[in-house]
Amino acid sequence: MNERCATSPCVTQRQHKSLTSGTASLDENIMLKIENLHASVAGKEILKDLSLTVNAGEVHAVMGPNGAGKSTLGNVLAGREGYEITAGTVSYEGKNLLDLDPEERAAAGMFLAFQYPVEIPGVNNTYFLRTALNAQRKRRGEEELDSVQFLKRVREKLAVLHLKDELLHRAVNEGFSGGEKKRNEIFQMALLEPKLAVLDETDSGLDIDAMKLVADGVNAMRDPSRAFIVITHYQRLLDYIVPDFVHVLAEGRIVQSGDKSLAYKLEEHGYAWIAERKLAGTA
Amino acid sequence: MSVLIANLLDDAPFATGPDWLVQAQRDARSNLGESGLPDARVEAWKYTNLRQLSQRVLRRGDADAPSRDVDSKLLELPGVEHSRIVFVNGALRRDLSCFPLAGALSVVPLASVLADDADSVKKPLLREYAEAESAFAQLNTALSGSGIVIRVAANSTVPEPLHLVFVGASAEHDLAWSARVIVELGTAASLQLIEHHVGIDHAHLGNVVSQLVIGDNAQLDLIQIQNGAEASTLIRRTEASIASNAALNIHTLELGGQLVRHDLAINLDGNAARLTSRGVFALRGRQHVDSHLDIRHHARDTTCDVLWRGVIDERARGVFHGAITIERGADGSDAMLSNKNLLLSAQAEIDTQPVLVIHADEVKAAHGATVGQLDDHALFYMRSRGIPEAEARALLTMAFCRAALDSINNPALLDALTVMLIERLPVTQP
Repeated sequence: MNERCATSPCVTQRQHKSLTSGTASLDENIMLKIENLHASVAGKEILKDLSLTVNAGEVHAVMGPNGAGKSTLGNVLAGREGYEITAGTVSYEGKNLLDLDPEERAAAGMFLAFQYPVEIPGVNNTYFLRTALNAQRKRRGEEELDSVQFLKRVREKLAVLHLKDELLHRAVNEGFSGGEKKRNEIFQMALLEPKLAVLDETDSGLDIDAMKLVADGVNAMRDPSRAFIVITHYQRLLDYIVPDFVHVLAEGRIVQSGDKSLAYKLEEHGYAWIAERKLAGTA
Repeated sequence: MSVLIANLLDDAPFATGPDWLVQAQRDARSNLGESGLPDARVEAWKYTNLRQLSQRVLRRGDADAPSRDVDSKLLELPGVEHSRIVFVNGALRRDLSCFPLAGALSVVPLASVLADDADSVKKPLLREYAEAESAFAQLNTALSGSGIVIRVAANSTVPEPLHLVFVGASAEHDLAWSARVIVELGTAASLQLIEHHVGIDHAHLGNVVSQLVIGDNAQLDLIQIQNGAEASTLIRRTEASIASNAALNIHTLELGGQLVRHDLAINLDGNAARLTSRGVFALRGRQHVDSHLDIRHHARDTTCDVLWRGVIDERARGVFHGAITIERGADGSDAMLSNKNLLLSAQAEIDTQPVLVIHADEVKAAHGATVGQLDDHALFYMRSRGIPEAEARALLTMAFCRAALDSINNPALLDALTVMLIERLPVTQP
């Protein structure tokens, strides 16, 4: 128990914040606070006492072996059905995130870039995005964009991601290559301008060029008012999206947190290294 | 004899027309008297029970049809604004119609053809329906309903679509009306025909037989829009003969009605004749809609491509029977049939039955039917982007249906049909 507390991300972040931003009140800056979260799928507990705090302006990388619960974390945050929260809390901008429907979370500024983006035959990409953006704006009490305003915004974002216009006229993700699907996720993120974006293994299946484009898309959006949780297997993406914090997720909870150098250590020694250290620690 | 048939045939006047027609009516009446309406033992009517209908007492025709008020808005259809032929409770209403100018397209009331040139419609009117399954076609012959004869001269392309509207208008009594549509396209002629059923606030029985003859190299684009009154009963039979190198493209949209049966009996009679059939049925409440396709390849290198989508909600029931027969000698035929359905409620029902019978040697044929629900992954994906659940469901359902409508090459009409469809689709699912 003590071991887990010693490596709790809350602690590291508080230390970090106290070093960098002396004056601002801590709570004001907190965007997402996950406390002692337990989540199950079909009766099997996947997240076991996970805690993580993310402040506005930060980029957090969550790394971990297969089956550690990384995607579950993303899905729970986005509100996918089929996940049972058995204990713990998640607050987003001071609200109980778990009370909100997926569409309410989106309007509140949450975005999940899917590990496996879904193909939706028959629904035009442009129409889909405009419907999504305007639904969010409507829910926030903002004016909806007309097609001219919308297309202007689309063109700007397309250019950043080097995506072809043609993608807009196709059905959502239908017939897209793996790389196009992932870039389309980042394009959607750019267009929807979320406050908190969770990227679920956006790097998987990407070649170096596509990964750079994705990273450029993310870096262009880095902002003191916006936060990212980058879920990944490999350290490589983090060469391009440089994180403020790296967390290791294993067996359903964060077992170690650190700065970006932690990612290199993981790359060098593998996840087994964490397990060994943990064993050593408990012993 | 059922109550329905007995009442309708009682003292029914015979047609004012040639002796052969009167004789055909006598024969049809005697056949109906013997066999009555089909029951569940007749395979083609296995899923559509007529017991309730057979006990109804309906007035024969509507004597007041010529003076019934019809809201002109009901007749309008975007993208189809030129010629319009309107029937109200089965009676042709010249005052509401706009006949095309004389030219390659000729549109003449059946009564006039019977008076002037009866022999030219002898073949379709004498078409024999022996089987119990065709009771309504026999009833159509037995009663002297109205009708329209549409002809396109050889080598002529009619530029504007022809709009045929059947309006069910509210009356003091529930009634039964019948109408016949005869369409003949000469060699290399082409026409777009819209068959449109609308109505409000009535529980009539409509009975329409359409007979299409498509000459060599001709092309008929037929768009059938059934958006009838909620409580109405509508029985239609669309039969076609497609000659060499000719094409029939049918889009069928079934939205309204309480009890609806539509038989499509299509014969690919000439070499390289082509049929495409696209259909959507979107049902709710306690609607029962039965679409029965019987497609026969009689000649070489004929093709049929059938794609139907069904959305069934609440306690509605959809029936789809898609049968393709490739007759001996129809080598080189290519047949494709697909029917996919969305069941949106636990009480909804779909009976889908693709049937393929092949008597020829060298053919390509594929068929399939599926029944499913909306894709949860797609639904969550859309919601995660901010689209409210009800809207996401509607969008996905619409996309599912659009696959069968996108080939309509009249954008204004396609938009109008999309709106009609959206109005029928559920938007407030749990």
